[in-house]
Parts: sequence; structure tokens; C-alpha cells
Amino acid sequence: MNEALLRSLTPSVLAILGRRGADFAAAEDAVQDALVEAVRVWPADPPRDAKGWLVTVAWRKFLDATRADTARRRREDLVDEEPAPGPAAAVDDTLQLYFLCAHPSLTPSSAVALTLRAVGGLTTRQIAQAYLVPEATMAQRISRAKRTVSSVRFEQPGDVGTVLRVLYLVFNEGYSGDVDLAAEAIRLTRQLAAAIDHPEVAGLLALMLLHHARRAARTTPDGSLVPLAEQDRGRWDTASIAEGVGVLQAALARDRLGEFQAQAAIAALHADAPTAEETDWVQIVEWYDELARLTDSPVVRLNRAVAVGEADGPRAGLAALAALDDSLLRHTAVAAYLHERDGDLATAARLYAEAARKAPNLAERDHLTRQAARLNARGRD
Amino acid sequence: MAKYLLLKHYRGAPAAVNDVPMDQWTQEEISAHVQYMRDFADRLEKTGEFVDGQALAPEGAWVRYDGEGRPPVTDGPFAETKDVIAGWMVIDVDSYDRAVELAGELSAAPGAGGKPIHEWLELRPFLSAPPTITECPHS
Repeated sequence: MNEALLRSLTPSVLAILGRRGADFAAAEDAVQDALVEAVRVWPADPPRDAKGWLVTVAWRKFLDATRADTARRRREDLVDEEPAPGPAAAVDDTLQLYFLCAHPSLTPSSAVALTLRAVGGLTTRQIAQAYLVPEATMAQRISRAKRTVSSVRFEQPGDVGTVLRVLYLVFNEGYSGDVDLAAEAIRLTRQLAAAIDHPEVAGLLALMLLHHARRAARTTPDGSLVPLAEQDRGRWDTASIAEGVGVLQAALARDRLGEFQAQAAIAALHADAPTAEETDWVQIVEWYDELARLTDSPVVRLNRAVAVGEADGPRAGLAALAALDDSLLRHTAVAAYLHERDGDLATAARLYAEAARKAPNLAERDHLTRQAARLNARGRD
Repeated sequence: MAKYLLLKHYRGAPAAVNDVPMDQWTQEEISAHVQYMRDFADRLEKTGEFVDGQALAPEGAWVRYDGEGRPPVTDGPFAETKDVIAGWMVIDVDSYDRAVELAGELSAAPGAGGKPIHEWLELRPFLSAPPTITECPHS
């Protein structure tokens, strides 16, 4: 069964139910039920018209649920008149769905869950597995999110920025469970880019493609991190890089720079270097300057210090680092790296060990411990 | 079946036999250790005895209620805290003996020199839900 096809139909089926008069929460439940049934029925009995099948089954589920709910008399009148099949869902409906699921009244975790279910067509179980929470917890999170947005009018224009932040979160967090969240984020961003002409949507898509291209090279078979400079660039996905660069160039030509385009430009410069030594660090520092102007984020300034260390030498990097708050996440790791580049191996080893204690995840902790161990072993020789 | 918590400590456990910090190991020794831990968890999943495993950051804070309408009091991290949990594994096994056996295997993970660390792990049984059928006729 083509699960990708099934999921890609979700937003338009949901929109058709909406136009027939179903409210968002009930329509979304009905579509979810139809998806679960499709997963069960399709392998043995694939429909000729997948979308028509989903609309029919989802509408029946909606009617069943509504009829069962005797307290809701008012809706009964609505469902008794069987509507004619609506026109195919327009691209606009998909866009409105993105806006609704990333509504500013939702917390980031709720927006992520709702987007993956209503736009992405994932089941609650799949989303729960991906985020390592019990299925009942995820079901509650989603139904609370739907209650929160129940008063939002579907036609209201939304904020592209909030949608992009939700998609960025999906891409960047977690690879567990049987769903590849990074690939799912790319699919949803691609679909968004088809629905709206916006340079930052293109920028985010390019950023995802360029990072996704390095995935195979980013870890060893035992799960250890491989830093960018040591990655086997032959294992980078050149098709994904080419697509990312193409999308980025078209976006940059529009001359409406934003933070995702700037981040993608930095990723593109890395992708462009045949070896780590040939990286154009001077241009990368310039892009970090742009990025700092656009976002003024301390994380950007920290990454900029690394780039300065490569472009102008480790002393310059350490000077840039000295201007930043040392309680910043990964500050110690960057300091360790720059001290190593500067030849002060004893300080670097001590800082790597300290950075390992502060690491936000196991992969980074193991990586930093290994760096400390490597320098300590050299010190013993 | 009974659930047990295997607790690993950053601090507070008796000293291990092979007590060398990981940043003094060779790269190969680190790889061997990581692989051993991974294989152990995989094996328990295959036998149907694995429930959960998580690692914790070494530093946190103490928090307590400070009265109506006031924000909670937070304090720490306290350097003098004797006992610091590094992580846990929850297993669901047939007997106490099996839980001890598995804890022993985990403690044998290789460290410096490729030799077992002999790390002390804390083994704590879960307090389970009361059984439906009891021997005692009065309960």
C-alpha cells in the first residue's frame, strides 16, 4: 500500500468535509478514522479512486459519529441532507489547514502534533511513538489542540512564520519510531511551498534538503556523531544537494532575505566544498553576520565564533567567543574546539570533559567525551 | 512478571573495581563500551524484558512549593548532594534472580583496558498493583 499517497491526500479530504459543513474537530476525527480503515482494508482491496474512497469513508464516519451524538440535535439537521460531492479541494484549503494547525494560540508541541495528524495524515500512535510519549497522552494533546483552535475561522489568513517554525521543529527533533520525521517534514514543507509563493518557505525547504543530504555521513554505524569536517563527503546525497541549491537560488533571487534562506546559504557553502579544507569560511562568516542581523540570536553568534575561528584563526574565534555569555548551551564545547585549534591541548581536553558533562544529549556527550579522551591519550604519549 | 529499576549513579555508589573515568580511556575502549550497552538493551528487547532506559544530565535543581500565590522555590545544584543518578533501565522479568543476573551483566560492561568496570548498580523492585486473587480470605 502506498502510505505516502494516502497521507498526501489527508489535507484535501479534510477540506472537503469542512466545506460540506463538518466542523474541524469532527472532520479531523473522521478523516483519522478513515485513514486507519484504509491501512486495514487497502492492502487486500485497493480502491481505484483513493481520494474518492477516503472522502466517502470519512464522510460516513463523520455521519456515524454525529448521529451517535444524540445531544447534538442541531447537527442532525445538517447531516440528513446528503450533499453532492464537492469540487476537488483547492490548494488554498491546504494552506488554511497549515495555518490552523500552527495557530499562535497553540503551544509548539501541540502545533507539531496537530500538524502531523491533520496535515501529515499520521496516526496518533505513530506520532506518540515518534515523540516517545504514551498514545493516550498524545491523543489528549491533539484533542486539546483541536479545542483550542475550534473558534478560529477557517478562512482567516495565518502567519507563515509560525507554520515554518512548526515544520522546523518536526525536522529537527527526533528520529525514533517507524516514521522518519525528517523526511515527513520535508514532504510537508514541499507541499507548503507548492501552496504558497514565499521565499522563506523555499528557504526552509532548501535548508532541510541540504541538511538531509548529509544524514548518511553524520553518524557511524554504532551511532556516534561524525563532525562536518570529518564526514565522508562521497556519502552526501548529491541529488538532495542539487535540489536544495536550486530552490535556494530561486529564493535568493527574489531579494527578500530571511533567516531560513541565510541558514540554507551557509549549508549550501558547506555542501559546495569538495573537502573540509576548501570550505569558504570567509563567505560563511558574512552569512552569519546577515543571520545575526536578522535574528540577533546568541546561538547564531556562537556558531559565528566557530566560523570566525576557521576564517581568521582560532585566536580570533576565541575573541569572538569571549564576548558571549558562557552559560550558553555548547559554549564550552566551542571553547574546547578553538583551544585545540590553537594548540592548547591540555585546556582543550579539560574543556571537552566539562562540555561532555553539560551536553544536552547522549550522542553529543559521547562525542565530547571521545574528544577529551583523544587529547588525554596524546598527552600521555 | 515483576518490574525492577536498575539505577546507575554518577556519585553516591561504592567505588567500582575498574574506576577510571571515560575521558581517560582509548577510543577503542569507548567504542567497545558503547557497543556493549547497545547490545545489552537490544538483547533485552528481544527477550521481551526491556521496558525503558533513560540517561539523565548530571546537574538539576531542587524545587519546592512556597505557599499560595508564590512561585515555587528553586535551589541548587548542590555540590554536597551525595547521591546523583546518572540513568536507569526498567526491566520486566520473571524473578528476582533474573533481575540480579541482568544487573550483573550490565555491571560487566568493559571500561579502561577493555576490562569490566564492575560498577555498582542499584536494583530496586517496583511496588506493583495489588493482585486480584489473594490467599488471604479476609482481604
